[in-house]
Amino acid sequence: MRTQSESRGEPSPLLELSAVSKSFGGVVAIENVDFQLYAGEIHGLVGENGAGKSTSMKIIAGVHSDYEGQMYVQGQPVHFKSAREALAAGIGMVHQELSTCPDLTVAENVFLGQQPLNRFGTIDWAFINHEAKRLIASLGLDIDPTATMGALPVGIQQLVELSRVLFSGARIIILDEPTSALSPPEVKRLFDVLRKIKADGRGIIFISHFLDDVLEISDTITVFRNGHKVATDPTASLTKDDMISNMIGRGSIGMHMGESADLKGDDAKPIVFEAEAISDGKQLRDVSLKLRAGEITGVYGFMGCGQIELARAAFGKIHLHKGRFMLDGQEISFRSTAAAKRHGMAFVPENRSMMLFRTEPIYKNVSIAILDRIHRLLLKPGTERSITKTHIDDLQIKTQGTDMDLGSLSGGNQQKVALAKWLTHLPRVLILSEPTRGMDVGAKEDVIRIVKGLRDRGVAILVLSSEPETILTLADRVTVLRKGVVAKEFNSGTIHKADLLSAA
Amino acid sequence: MTTPTPVVAGKLKSVLTDQLRNIAPVFTLLALVTFFSVAAPSFLTVDNFMNIMAQVSIIAIIAVGLTFVILTAEIDLSVAAIANAIGITVAYFTVQPDYVNIANLPMPGVIAIVLTVLAAFAFGLVTAFGVTWVGIPSFIMTLAMMQIANGVSALLVRGQIAYKFPDLVTTLGAGDLFGVRWTIIVAVLFLAVGYFVLKYTRYGRYVYMTGGNREAAEYSGVNVKFIIGSVMVICAVCTGIAGMLSVAYYGSAQQNQFDTYLLDAIAAVVVGGTSLFGGRGGIPNTIIGLLVLGVLNNGLDHVQIDSFLKILIRGLILLAALTINVYAQRLKENN
Ligand SMILES: Nc1ncnc2c1ncn2[C@@H]1O[C@H](COP(=O)(O)OP(=O)(O)OP(=O)(O)O)[C@@H](O)[C@H]1O
Ligand SMILES: [Mg+2]
Repeated sequence: MRTQSESRGEPSPLLELSAVSKSFGGVVAIENVDFQLYAGEIHGLVGENGAGKSTSMKIIAGVHSDYEGQMYVQGQPVHFKSAREALAAGIGMVHQELSTCPDLTVAENVFLGQQPLNRFGTIDWAFINHEAKRLIASLGLDIDPTATMGALPVGIQQLVELSRVLFSGARIIILDEPTSALSPPEVKRLFDVLRKIKADGRGIIFISHFLDDVLEISDTITVFRNGHKVATDPTASLTKDDMISNMIGRGSIGMHMGESADLKGDDAKPIVFEAEAISDGKQLRDVSLKLRAGEITGVYGFMGCGQIELARAAFGKIHLHKGRFMLDGQEISFRSTAAAKRHGMAFVPENRSMMLFRTEPIYKNVSIAILDRIHRLLLKPGTERSITKTHIDDLQIKTQGTDMDLGSLSGGNQQKVALAKWLTHLPRVLILSEPTRGMDVGAKEDVIRIVKGLRDRGVAILVLSSEPETILTLADRVTVLRKGVVAKEFNSGTIHKADLLSAA
Repeated sequence: MTTPTPVVAGKLKSVLTDQLRNIAPVFTLLALVTFFSVAAPSFLTVDNFMNIMAQVSIIAIIAVGLTFVILTAEIDLSVAAIANAIGITVAYFTVQPDYVNIANLPMPGVIAIVLTVLAAFAFGLVTAFGVTWVGIPSFIMTLAMMQIANGVSALLVRGQIAYKFPDLVTTLGAGDLFGVRWTIIVAVLFLAVGYFVLKYTRYGRYVYMTGGNREAAEYSGVNVKFIIGSVMVICAVCTGIAGMLSVAYYGSAQQNQFDTYLLDAIAAVVVGGTSLFGGRGGIPNTIIGLLVLGVLNNGLDHVQIDSFLKILIRGLILLAALTINVYAQRLKENN
């Protein structure tokens, strides 16, 4: 079975979970999970949204301290009370949600909680900045270590966070969806680093919904379903279809995200929203784009190509430096997101914490965008709940009910709530940034179905993504952005993944 | 499946963590009441209860406004200074006795009151402008406003003391209705309206959501600048009205009269369990906080304690409340 471990003859695992269960206020998240991680192994972890991947890993990393069952590190029983204790025992985790400090510099984030001191016992800034630059450079990034974290694009922040854990010297490294915001070349560099770390005899757990990535990088793959571990197999003996059927508990539904697409741009459809040569003074330069009723326009580009800024500018969050927006043929400039919403614009950002209220119930998260439609002055919680209930059923959001805190949902299900808030009253223009990021196969399918349904009801949709599959599956037209300028437009005919990658 | 016992225990635990910020202040209040009732027979009487109510009533009006502000995760440090300035303003618009040497601008009572309320509104607008348009953190902006309001007070009274106020203000501040002080009635009214607005209106929901996650509120199309600006104005107006009643209550208006109001008002809101990080808490919390504060201040007068020690005790209680406040937040987030 396990090639590395056998060659060394029955080594004890680096990490072992034995019959671990965890429930949240009576709701079972994982049950009776057995799991082993060996030294020199990259262990892939897959499963649908809400399967219990993050929960299991948070137990290992000391985030959740009350659970049942036993955990061993190198054969020794342990029970971490905090993430700090786990870190001290050599376990580092990069969480699914970014947990960087936006106000600190890049270098400070890399060395968070472990600043090296110089011989005077003070923080050695020169060393920190220099080292941080070197470490980040090994992930292929050239950024100023003194830049403020919050000012960087999400993908870069993700890389910085990765570098913090990768180079912390931890012996057990847990990566919860580390590649969700990375472009293909960045993923490749990350994998090179992971292979080096593995060669050092450390152990890595790699969670991802990108099954191809998991197949490429892991030695062993464990599948979770509904809070249970259903299988652990060496990668060599697995196919993608095996994994999918293990994940969903039935045969593969034959659903594969697009490798190519037939575009169906139709110039007869009326233009609803238009960007004319817009610049934001930083990332975007002279970008023009037309959104038509009943069409999905995809914007593809690597991280940092200006998609994020484009989406924010269109929703009134950042202001234009040059150029203008047109809505129904009239020039328009939104002074605030509230004004944009009033004009029928809707936006789901790529980072769900930007869009959601973790400690509020689901129904308040959904209704916040439509309160003004429900009633002018007084609240009607009954209506809010029933609207939310409809969305929970439609989107198959996995939860106990409308009054559960949003934070109790798994990452992918939170993403669905973020979309749900714009579905009650159809917007005229819907802007979706990375709409399928962090979603499992089934959930992606749901989202694709919903977005296409909205298109067919006449909404003009803009989808921005750095995943070519997402663009190819959804878009009727594609605009490729490169470094803030429009590099190429595809309006009709068949295009392939390679066309997008080479244009970007 | 897990056995039923841990499930029930788990539920209970999660409810407790959820409610810690609401439960802890109630226990504090009960503990204080029990302690003082045992320690001093004069404490637990109807008369003394009305006393406590009267003592906290003016702070209560300020605390209503401050609850709005703190719920949005902002702060207003100018409340005491604005209460002071507005109290002085209403005196400035009133005929003073001959021996008061102030170059004032007397008006008919109603107009004086309207102008004064407008002045409070104007203070609020300036704060709102600074915080939302200019983007000055409220902590700094309201420090500046504190100084500005003190400056206005100084210019208006020039070291003198004013003694006359419009009749309506005098009645509401110093009079009573069937033996119940008007300030109590006004405070209850403000608390009730504040509760209603926060709990049952769309605006109230926006206040909570803006405090809970400002960015998310903005991306959901909430006009967060308007919300934050408006809570600053609401706070200034509440504070101004409290200031008017307060000068009438004391029968005089002078510089630096209400300096203790700032700490008291913030303490009432925070001790009650409203989160300093925004989005959690509300008027019921503030009511409990006010009672804790009132019982503590009043009770310490009933037991024989060194009056200097009292100051320290109040500080310690505040520290304990703040600790619980922050701790409750952390529990909630880690859950
Ligand atoms: N803090 C919490 N309170 C209540 N329930 C929770 C909490 N965290 C997770 N859960 C529940 O536990 C289950 C497993 O969630 P988990 O986050 O581990 O899923 P996941 O496999 O990481 O999914 P995803 O791929 O969507 O991130 C879900 O049903 C989720 O709703
Ligand atoms: Mg997860």
